[in-house]
Amino acid sequence: MTMFSSRNWREYPQRYRLEASRFKKSGKTYFPPRTVDPETGDTEHEIVRLPDTGKLLTYTVIRVAPAMWSDEGPYALGVAEMADGTRVMAQITDCDVEKVRIGMEVRVEFRRIQSEGHAGVLSYGYKFVPRWF
Amino acid sequence: MREVCVVGVGMSKWGEVWRRSLRQLFVDAAMEAIKDSGVDHLDSLYVGCMSSGMFVQQEHVGALCADYLGMAGLPATRVESACASGGIAVRQAFLEVASGVSEIVLAAGVEKMTDCSGDDATSALAGAADQEYEVFHGATFPGLYAMMAHAHMDKYGTTSEMLAAVSVKNHHNGAMNPAAQYPFEVSIDRVLGSVMVADPLHILDCSPITDGAAAVIITSEEIARKLGKPYVKIIGSGLATDTIAIAQRDDMTRIKSASIALDQALKMADRKLSDVQFAEMHDCFTIAEIIIMESIGLYEPGKAGPAVLAGETALDGKFPINTSGGLKSKGHPVGATGVAQVIEVYKQLTGRAENGRLIPGSPKIGMTQNMGGTGASSAVHIMEVA
Repeated sequence: MTMFSSRNWREYPQRYRLEASRFKKSGKTYFPPRTVDPETGDTEHEIVRLPDTGKLLTYTVIRVAPAMWSDEGPYALGVAEMADGTRVMAQITDCDVEKVRIGMEVRVEFRRIQSEGHAGVLSYGYKFVPRWF
Repeated sequence: MREVCVVGVGMSKWGEVWRRSLRQLFVDAAMEAIKDSGVDHLDSLYVGCMSSGMFVQQEHVGALCADYLGMAGLPATRVESACASGGIAVRQAFLEVASGVSEIVLAAGVEKMTDCSGDDATSALAGAADQEYEVFHGATFPGLYAMMAHAHMDKYGTTSEMLAAVSVKNHHNGAMNPAAQYPFEVSIDRVLGSVMVADPLHILDCSPITDGAAAVIITSEEIARKLGKPYVKIIGSGLATDTIAIAQRDDMTRIKSASIALDQALKMADRKLSDVQFAEMHDCFTIAEIIIMESIGLYEPGKAGPAVLAGETALDGKFPINTSGGLKSKGHPVGATGVAQVIEVYKQLTGRAENGRLIPGSPKIGMTQNMGGTGASSAVHIMEVA
């Protein structure tokens, strides 16, 4: 199914710059950005950038990959808690998938995510790499 | 609110049903439910269907179903909440009868999942997750539940054997269910030796892709009594939501929508969880059943895995779970699953469960828990013998 590149373009601020929303009243930061704070119902917020380091809360190794990723399996995917407490899901790359562990420290890097995507163009975004690299 | 009952049920054999189309699957189950109940007409129908548009490029399913049921003109509504679509179709029928707007409503669910490639089916199912922040990064459904499983194992010491024990139990029950897609036994070793899909979940930790439909007749107690057929009461209904993406949750080892929905249903029923004697739960993956058992308060966090391993949720255990075989063995035609859960509880409460699958001691109250995606939606029903 072909999707338009505007769909990807719309997400650039998040995917390229890790832009999140921070709400005035609660001080909470959400990624991806929200326009309504679930805690307070507040809509007044500013755009902030997430820190680029975090720690893996959980992960998996996808061994049966969907068609679009079939050349890339097995690949590791995880959720990290960033240094400011926000949580982000991304692939974990530049390491042996068998060595990925909960608690592992990761850094966010700008990478190609899909080589042929729904967007019909190359899609870029963030991936995690272990901090020892 | 007046009493609402389930008075007839219909469900065809589930599996790769090459001879039946989306509409035929629905008509088979609906006609069986109508015949089983003895009703002479319907006031409306609801049909749970997650993704017919992606599976067979057919939308407008409410009208299609009414039409091929030979009832064009009937109010018909499709309900979508991913894999919880069926449970919510039952809830909508329940609310419509409870409100007094209708007397006799058909609640059905249907999904035709094998008329497309496995890749297309996987892609359709992924629609239940966050497309831009999970699926974009390569997440699959097994992958998302695998991350929940790893978090659970890390926090509570849950093991792969405990996960496998869920599959073993559900396959044991499903082997007695004539409608089940995979009615055979598996062993813990066989589960652990099966192909790894997404660490730590093996293929035998995962529910399958299935064609199937299920239907029930929901009516007022007054009508149910007049029909003179076995019926059960729906005494509580709940529906709740959570964040669509798992990364947004404070605790990835809990499914909050299930506990909120159960609390609503218990409150409506004016009962406590300890009054409920058995359950059909949404075991789309083995870890899901364990997390639901804990999330609804049946077990303390970390205690559900050992309880499954000890047989506490077996057919003859103290709280049987998924006597139908669950999604794991019975199959998971996503839109139909929630309705099939209600059918199993109905069969247990009316003594109609087949092939030695009856829970010993004739329980009086059972529940269903049906969820969408990774638990971003959950529908719960509590049913009692009439």
